[in-house]
Amino acid sequence: MTDLLIKLIPLFPLLAVIVNGLVGRRISHDVAHRLAWGSVGLSFLCTISVFVDILRTGTPHEVIAYQWIFGGDLTINLAYLVDPLTCIMLLVVTGVGFLIHVYSVGYMHGEEGFTRFFTYMNLFMVSMLLLVMGNNYVVLFIGWEGVGLCSYLLIGYYYDKVSAAKAASKAFVVNRIGDAGFLLGIFLIFINFKTLDYTKVFAQISQLSPEMATAIALCLLVGAIGKSAQLPLYTWLPDAMEGPTPVSALIHAATMVTAGVYMIVRNHAIFDLSPTAMAVVGIIGGLTALFAASIGLVQTDIKRVLAYSTVSQLGYMMLACGIGAYTAAIFHLMTHAFFKALLFLSAGSVIHALSGEQDIRKMGGLSAKIPWTYRLFLIGTIAIAGIPPLAGFWSKDEILAHAFTHHHYLLYGMAAIAALLTSFYMFRLTYLTFYGPSRMDHHAEQHVHESPTVMVSPLMALGVLSILGGFLGFPPEHGWLHQFLAPVAGMGEEHEASTGLVLTLMMIATGIALLGWGLAHYFYSVNVSVPDRLSAQFQAAYRTLLNKYYVDELYDLLWVEPTKKLGFLLDWFDRTVIDGLVRAVSRLADLAAAGSTWVEKYVIYSGLNVIGYGNHLAARQWRQLQSGMVHHYAAIIVAGLFLLAVIVQLIMQL
Amino acid sequence: MVPLSAYIAVGAVLFITGLLGVVIRRNFIIVLMSVEIMLNAANINLVAFSYYLESMAGQLVALFIIAIAAGEAAIGLAIIIVVFRGKISTNVDEMNLLKW
Repeated sequence: MTDLLIKLIPLFPLLAVIVNGLVGRRISHDVAHRLAWGSVGLSFLCTISVFVDILRTGTPHEVIAYQWIFGGDLTINLAYLVDPLTCIMLLVVTGVGFLIHVYSVGYMHGEEGFTRFFTYMNLFMVSMLLLVMGNNYVVLFIGWEGVGLCSYLLIGYYYDKVSAAKAASKAFVVNRIGDAGFLLGIFLIFINFKTLDYTKVFAQISQLSPEMATAIALCLLVGAIGKSAQLPLYTWLPDAMEGPTPVSALIHAATMVTAGVYMIVRNHAIFDLSPTAMAVVGIIGGLTALFAASIGLVQTDIKRVLAYSTVSQLGYMMLACGIGAYTAAIFHLMTHAFFKALLFLSAGSVIHALSGEQDIRKMGGLSAKIPWTYRLFLIGTIAIAGIPPLAGFWSKDEILAHAFTHHHYLLYGMAAIAALLTSFYMFRLTYLTFYGPSRMDHHAEQHVHESPTVMVSPLMALGVLSILGGFLGFPPEHGWLHQFLAPVAGMGEEHEASTGLVLTLMMIATGIALLGWGLAHYFYSVNVSVPDRLSAQFQAAYRTLLNKYYVDELYDLLWVEPTKKLGFLLDWFDRTVIDGLVRAVSRLADLAAAGSTWVEKYVIYSGLNVIGYGNHLAARQWRQLQSGMVHHYAAIIVAGLFLLAVIVQLIMQL
Repeated sequence: MVPLSAYIAVGAVLFITGLLGVVIRRNFIIVLMSVEIMLNAANINLVAFSYYLESMAGQLVALFIIAIAAGEAAIGLAIIIVVFRGKISTNVDEMNLLKW
């Protein structure tokens, strides 16, 4: 029964994709969106049933849906592995996905390509489900590429907008770099283990040499960096905000970008063998958290602030992976999915209310006009800032505490500063959007309206999750989530920190978050001239931050422009050298053909003509023999007879 | 006793005469007669060898040849009459339709 349900989970959205994709033009929007969210809802119900079963029995399920490739060493099945880790991912993906699908019905209402949007979204769900459910690296990779494709399609949803099309290409190309590393990692795994099934690989993990483990782990890390938008490949995620807001919420905040974290947790056995790789993961995560948070301080586009916040929070998860706090990473992944989806969808609701305005400098004073959106956005902000008892606090504090108690003081410092920045820029965003005087256009101001119920109710569900989600991991390090994930992620070595220390760290984390709030309150509510003065005083720093450290420009200079130049060079090479060669060959062929035509015409034909004409001449002579006169023939017969007689005579004498 | 060579000589002379007649004369009837002479030259040879070899086969063949010669003369004359009706001539040189 459970096996059947597992097989059904990715099947429902797939059916919706097939129907909406093939006959989407002929069915009404109402049918299309019901199919879309209905299928995801059914998947969610199946997931809950599977989850309950696993919770009760505690045994992971491995289901082979289809025997796909077999021969020699290689056996690859389209098979699913559902263990506690997959369960959590499935719940997040289908649950949050369902809410976002419902929200999209309201948000995308009246858009051109409504059905296309839902087809892509459902295709994304299928790919993401394959990604988290696969029991081997090939299925993981298929899902991995599938979500990348859907990300591309949905970022470029408004494909007639140049910036959207460019952002889509950028996301796709940058992800290819990561995917190349990921593929290399998979190849290395196959070479070493002769199998690609997780369970078989992890069973033989002890045979792996530390050097090879480092190589595999780093290759996998490259994949995770690309997909989870870590330094140095994070640049695509802020640009990905060109897509519709539900896409940003579902793909570029809650699910797809966390695939890298999931992959690392799934492969933590390999990472555990290599302290080097772990250190690299941690450092990259810490740097990304800090770096992205600092950019988020000054951005003015509501979605871009959230995008940098996402990059920063993903950095947290990577950092957690790097210090071995896998459960904390998944915990943060889950809570982040709740509150970041909430924030994005509320931001979408704000944008919806303001008829498409995304610049926070043109907002302000919205709290009274769209009260529900405001309240829910505030919940999301408090959750991400890490103020207890909301979800973000528990997961973030756990990462911080784990870093501190395991003596990763540098990473702890990074994470703590990033937490301060996060709290500051999130409250800055809230203050600029919802408080203070209105800076809206007169025209936009008149049209401000609260979003319809179909949009607000998913927000409420996410709000509740953002408030309560943290208690799944309560008390820290020994919560329900930790017990549940223990068979997969491991409990880590028992490192009993004293209750006093834990409480102190919690106090510090709370203090940091409140400090960020206080600063934001002072800057944007009490003394509003401070930000301008500061930015004037530290102009260089401000400009650097505003221009995102010039990383895009740097990449342009380092990679994009040289690549374009190389492209032009190759184009020139192709046009002149290769095409020249081709043309020369064709000229030669022409000449050779002309030559052989000449030879044929004047040598071979004339030879044949000589023979023919010779025959003709000879025949003209010889036909005289046929005089037609009987006595001539008679004479010739007689002569012939004589000749014959003479010959016979001569032969007889011999 | 007349020697065999004498018979052969007579046969040869007759044969040459017939041959020359066939090749040289232009009158179709003369040509036909020359052919008869050649046949009879052969007959003389056959009978002479038959006698010389004391075998009756030669004389038998000679009788056959006489019969065939009669038939041949009949057909030949018939052809001559047909040709003559068309050409008003028995000149062999004018019968040259068998050429290229």
